[in-house]
Amino acid sequence: MASADHDAALAGGDRVYRHATGTRLWHWTTVVTFVIMLMSGLMIFNAHPRLYWGQYGANPDPAWMEIGNEGPRGYLRVGELELTTTGVLGVVDTRAGERTARAFPWWATIPSGYNLARARLWHLTFAWVLAVGMAAYLIATIFGRHRRDLLPTRGEARPGHIWQDIKDHARLRFPKGEAAARYNILQKLAYLAVLLVLFPGMILTGLTMSPNLNAKLPVLLDLFGGRQSARSLHFIFAFGLVGFVVIHLVMVVLAGPVNEIRSMLTGWFRLPREKDT
Amino acid sequence: MSRVLTRRRLITGLGYTAIAGTVGGLAVSPSFRDLVLKGGETLAYNTHRLVGRDALVREYSEAEMSPDFRTNGNTTGATPAWEAARDTGFADWELEVSGLVENPARFGLDALRAMPARTQITRHDCVEGWSAIGKWTGVPLSEVLDRVTPKPNARYVVFRCADRFGLSLYYESIDMIDAYHPQTILAYGMNDADLQIGHGAPIRLRVERQLGYKNAKFIMKIELVESLAGIGGGKGGFWEDRGYEWYAGI
Repeated sequence: MASADHDAALAGGDRVYRHATGTRLWHWTTVVTFVIMLMSGLMIFNAHPRLYWGQYGANPDPAWMEIGNEGPRGYLRVGELELTTTGVLGVVDTRAGERTARAFPWWATIPSGYNLARARLWHLTFAWVLAVGMAAYLIATIFGRHRRDLLPTRGEARPGHIWQDIKDHARLRFPKGEAAARYNILQKLAYLAVLLVLFPGMILTGLTMSPNLNAKLPVLLDLFGGRQSARSLHFIFAFGLVGFVVIHLVMVVLAGPVNEIRSMLTGWFRLPREKDT
Repeated sequence: MSRVLTRRRLITGLGYTAIAGTVGGLAVSPSFRDLVLKGGETLAYNTHRLVGRDALVREYSEAEMSPDFRTNGNTTGATPAWEAARDTGFADWELEVSGLVENPARFGLDALRAMPARTQITRHDCVEGWSAIGKWTGVPLSEVLDRVTPKPNARYVVFRCADRFGLSLYYESIDMIDAYHPQTILAYGMNDADLQIGHGAPIRLRVERQLGYKNAKFIMKIELVESLAGIGGGKGGFWEDRGYEWYAGI
């Protein structure tokens, strides 16, 4: 089997085994779980669409972020900044087409109607899948070969190299041939941010919202500065992940969606050919 | 590549089949969906009872209290017995404690106040997402239970309340572990005053390791039972009968 790392004879058009079985199974499990977590999470947010900093926070207290409505006008307010978002946030249509005061619209939530009880069942069941999968993947990565795929090399970590990679990405000039067998530096940094910051942050802030786990692990309250701060960060991390997914999907499309998706299904990736210039 | 079945292909194939089967099952089968969605509560309850079952919640300082502790749910009792008691300033209100106990008893407010008291500044977390910190004074539920002596087969403590949504009277239930937890109290005072009607006078439950809806207000009767079946909708509480988790520690 061709090892992508150590075979300098690779060239465009060659097939390399790029994604191990565990990585691929984890990827697709996470795709399903993330969609469920995000959409059920947005429904839970609909029950109280205000965010606070600190230990407490409720309707009489100042919210740093709020999705609400003034009569038929929906708005999103962040700090002092307020945007009218009628039809998208705050005042939206139900699935049946009726205008209603609700933060996120039906198509963004699980269940599609307002149902906090049901949304919590989805969220708090699939949280186990996400957390167990994440923990298994992180442990396997840290102690296995996959670590080498993700950690930047000394050469890649140079500011000059990173800047060059930013310019290449901005020009949509992607690695070809042998260089495409590896993750590039921006890819590595994005994956590391997701694996080491956003997902762990998501899971830990989620645990911090549990009153029972507060009793067992009060350190969580200190780590995030209180339950309501943890709830705010949970939301921020979630949208960090949404941002990652959007960029990730754009890059898949730009880099050749058939080859990319096939490689995440079968493991085998065909190196893009160098252009004859 | 050859078409032989390698171990890698077998694992991958089985893995994809499991993922696709789960997604398909969730999409098309309501009974499969309900079965899977029960998993989170079962896992959470058992894990929480396995590890650190006696842990105490954080108690805050007076400086950390919410300046304005909002009310929610029902803000008044609604039964004739509660209304009659309210009209006497709860002077003739009595808490009935019965069910699977050796010595069923009734306690007036003065009797509860004469028992050892506990004051705690804790955070109240609503299932909707908001939190408020308040100071609660009351009698530990364990003190009351000690006076009636639960029978060995008592597994749950059920709280019968005087508030109602529509025709349904509010009720709640907790297990014996939470019932004997030192911070589980029947609060008759809040923020250095008598418990106000909006917050559940004359007494409400504080079960600090669970969400707001478990903290029943306007309590009239405490009943020890072996099973929750046959009470209300059978799920252990007003909101539980409407789809919310019985174990609300998350």
